Amino acid sequence: MTAELVRGQNHVLPQTRLEIRVSAGRPIVAGATLSDEQGKVRGADWVAHPASPGVPGLEVSKQAAADHRLAVDLGALPPGAERVNILLALPVTDGSQVADGGGGPVRFGALAAPFVAVTGLDGSEIASYTITDLDAESAVVALELYRRQGAWKVRAVGQGYAGGLAAMLTDQGLPDGPALAAEILDAVASGVARSVAAPPQRTAEGDRVRQAAPPAQETHGTAAASSANSPHPATASAPDGHVAQAQAPSPVQTGPAAAGPATGPAPTGDGGVPHQPAPTPSSAARTPVRSDEQGGRPDGHTQPTQDRVDQPEPQTATTATPASTGGPVDYTHPARRTAAPPAPAPAPQSAQPGAPARPVAGDATGWSMEERLYNQVWGMFEDLARTAAAYRSAVDFAESRMEQELDQVLTDPRSRISGQGDAAREAARAKQAKLVEQAREVLDRDVAQLSAEADVVEPALPPSFAAWDNPVWHAYRVPMEAPMALRLGDLHLPECADLRIPMLIRLPLERGLWIDSGRTSSSATASLADSEETRGLAMDTAVAHAARLLAVYPPGDFAVHVIDPAGSAAGSLAPLRDSGVLADPPAAGAAGVSEVLARLTRRVDLVQMAVRARATDSLPPDVDTAEQLLIVNDFPHGFDDRAVTQLRYLADEGPAVGVHLMMVADREDAAEYGPILDPLWRSLLRLTPVPDDHLADPWVGHAWTYEPSLTPPGSEVLSDVLARVADARRAWGR
Amino acid sequence: MSVNMTKGQAISLQKNDGGTLTAVRMGLGWQAAQRRGLFGSRTKEVDLDASAVLFADKQPVDVVFFRHLVSDDGSVRHTGDNLVGGVGQGGDDEAILVDLQRVPVHIDQIVFTVNSFTGQTFQEVQNAFCRLVDETNGQEMSRFTLDGGGQYTAQIMAKVHRTGSGWSMTALGTPANGRTFQDLMPSILPHL
Repeated sequence: MTAELVRGQNHVLPQTRLEIRVSAGRPIVAGATLSDEQGKVRGADWVAHPASPGVPGLEVSKQAAADHRLAVDLGALPPGAERVNILLALPVTDGSQVADGGGGPVRFGALAAPFVAVTGLDGSEIASYTITDLDAESAVVALELYRRQGAWKVRAVGQGYAGGLAAMLTDQGLPDGPALAAEILDAVASGVARSVAAPPQRTAEGDRVRQAAPPAQETHGTAAASSANSPHPATASAPDGHVAQAQAPSPVQTGPAAAGPATGPAPTGDGGVPHQPAPTPSSAARTPVRSDEQGGRPDGHTQPTQDRVDQPEPQTATTATPASTGGPVDYTHPARRTAAPPAPAPAPQSAQPGAPARPVAGDATGWSMEERLYNQVWGMFEDLARTAAAYRSAVDFAESRMEQELDQVLTDPRSRISGQGDAAREAARAKQAKLVEQAREVLDRDVAQLSAEADVVEPALPPSFAAWDNPVWHAYRVPMEAPMALRLGDLHLPECADLRIPMLIRLPLERGLWIDSGRTSSSATASLADSEETRGLAMDTAVAHAARLLAVYPPGDFAVHVIDPAGSAAGSLAPLRDSGVLADPPAAGAAGVSEVLARLTRRVDLVQMAVRARATDSLPPDVDTAEQLLIVNDFPHGFDDRAVTQLRYLADEGPAVGVHLMMVADREDAAEYGPILDPLWRSLLRLTPVPDDHLADPWVGHAWTYEPSLTPPGSEVLSDVLARVADARRAWGR
Repeated sequence: MSVNMTKGQAISLQKNDGGTLTAVRMGLGWQAAQRRGLFGSRTKEVDLDASAVLFADKQPVDVVFFRHLVSDDGSVRHTGDNLVGGVGQGGDDEAILVDLQRVPVHIDQIVFTVNSFTGQTFQEVQNAFCRLVDETNGQEMSRFTLDGGGQYTAQIMAKVHRTGSGWSMTALGTPANGRTFQDLMPSILPHL
């Protein structure tokens, strides 16, 4: 929307009450002249300048500044005035800067390109113009506002005057231009004494854009007069990037922001150096110019022509001087330093240099310690999987190479002569043994590292990740929020059976669990002659998992239902039932089965509907919004076809709406259903009540031995924890 | 001290300070095909793929490429497939990182290859390069310029192989033809 004008371009002004913002890297004088149709200024009272800041319809700032806002009301101009010229000038008098060794820039070429913008009173920019290509000029006509056929327009002029303000005023038809120019510059110089102390400097990058203008007003007390016309000073004062960039590198503003006073000596020997021509008014070119100016600094503020009006207090000036000239400008905001973001959560430190990195619990990425530990455990899982893959691959390769070499020995007729064959066989075996030994060394090294890590990680785990023998369970308190993951057991590989990796799965459960009470492949099961014993073990496992889920969710956020058609699991269920944490007594018989299934099916259906309709708050009050776990024992006893269908529905649709299934079953028992239940079994995560190697890792697919997480024999931890859960529920009334 | 290789040149590279390499990265970069015309999306993008083949005694054991981003042992990692190339700024569009300390003991050579999956020859590809970087210090050890080459669609870049207790690298730069590393196997074997 903003028109970015180039020299000579004009733009229609939609309103007559305007504000003109001027921004330069350095303090400059801004003024305006009114002229008639012929372009002639009819007298000194048609000039708005620091010594006489107001003319009808126009007001300018009383002193030099890096930022100006001129209030303009084109409708209130004196009769006859058809044009308004916006003038910018450097606060110098002719020749004086040569005498005092360079109090400030005498040419616009040494500055960043001044930027002017015409804005509405609400700060919205109508047109802007960056005055480029200035060189030796010390005064410039920036903009011209003119009336053409009744409508006001703005034109980008950019006409510079090497002769300065005097030449410019003379050119506009003022006979006593030089005298007026001298008056203006005197007024600027005397404005120094009146101005208030510079506000705390601000140049930090984030602040620059937003705050560029307001401090300038504070510095130049009278500038507030013009901005007072603005109904929205805050919005009007938000300059765009041009302004901020032009302003930021100003020494006036960055000086005190440097590391502190006297961080470096004032530059020597540059006081007499003439201002270096800056090839382009870029920020890079400003540094040498500035240090030149600083050379003339100590007496600069006494000179009528000095330009540093922003630093009225000599003390400020002198302390700022060494700081701002001591080296590269420090753009850091002094206040920002203390406001640095708080140190991140204690990052795990690696060990002393030289020593192998000492493992630290939580040495992984994550937003919370829980997430870091979760990621670390999975990192250990992956590392062990890959290390084992390397080892197995090397061993396989060694074996196959030995086989090949032995075959070669066999087919080589020379091997039959004397002992050559035996020697070759020996060599092949030695090669294989050497490689396997090397691989084992590497594996042992890695496993030792991971074991050390596991030793520090295990004790640090929160209850939901911790084994039942972890002391954290004895200090158990009901949690206030749900955990991110749950430990279902341990995983290990035959190469390093001592290194157990916690098997953590994310919560809420994405799929149901199946605790296989049938015959498993491992030898441990074979020794259990009695299948009843296996079933009991499976139910114990299920109870341990369910108790863990109840304990790690906030009280009332997790409900457990049990279907035990024949009542065969009463013993295993005792801890859950006795502590009173079950949502309802274990359902028995076909009637109980269908009642529980119907209730949960209804819940899934209602919640699904509510979620789809985005009306989760209008569920009937009897629908429990807690996560639900249904433990099914002895499937398919007590199940009719309808109940089986409902169970499959729950398995498919339940997890998305917080209804989870935990089947404790032997697949053989349901064999009469044939293959139609296969999808059900496949959709469940199979766990075993005894160690069994049926789980594969996602990276290389090793068979990992799973061992369920069970309470230590004789331990009361389970009932203790459940008692606390029940207490908390009663206390919370849930 | 980057060695700008000419095609087919084979030199051995040891680390400058006499130490052995511990981690190397093969970086591949190319410029996306210029879009032309109204249906710009129809112009054929250039898809180059970097692959690394792990050999144990001249038998391929594992391969890291865009369909298998991490070797089973975890020592060689591909940063992910880039289908269109970069904007020609000189950064790596695909990279393969090798942690030489974790390479399984029986792996003695790792061969890096570049294939043009979309079939353009290197003559048609712009600003394509392939480089080998010592990851420990970021130093570029060798660089090939691929574009403007001959009528071939693949290049066997270099191999990293065990020497004594450490590793060293031989730049190969052998042109070949093929869509994925499998097509290159016959060309790779002579270099083992």
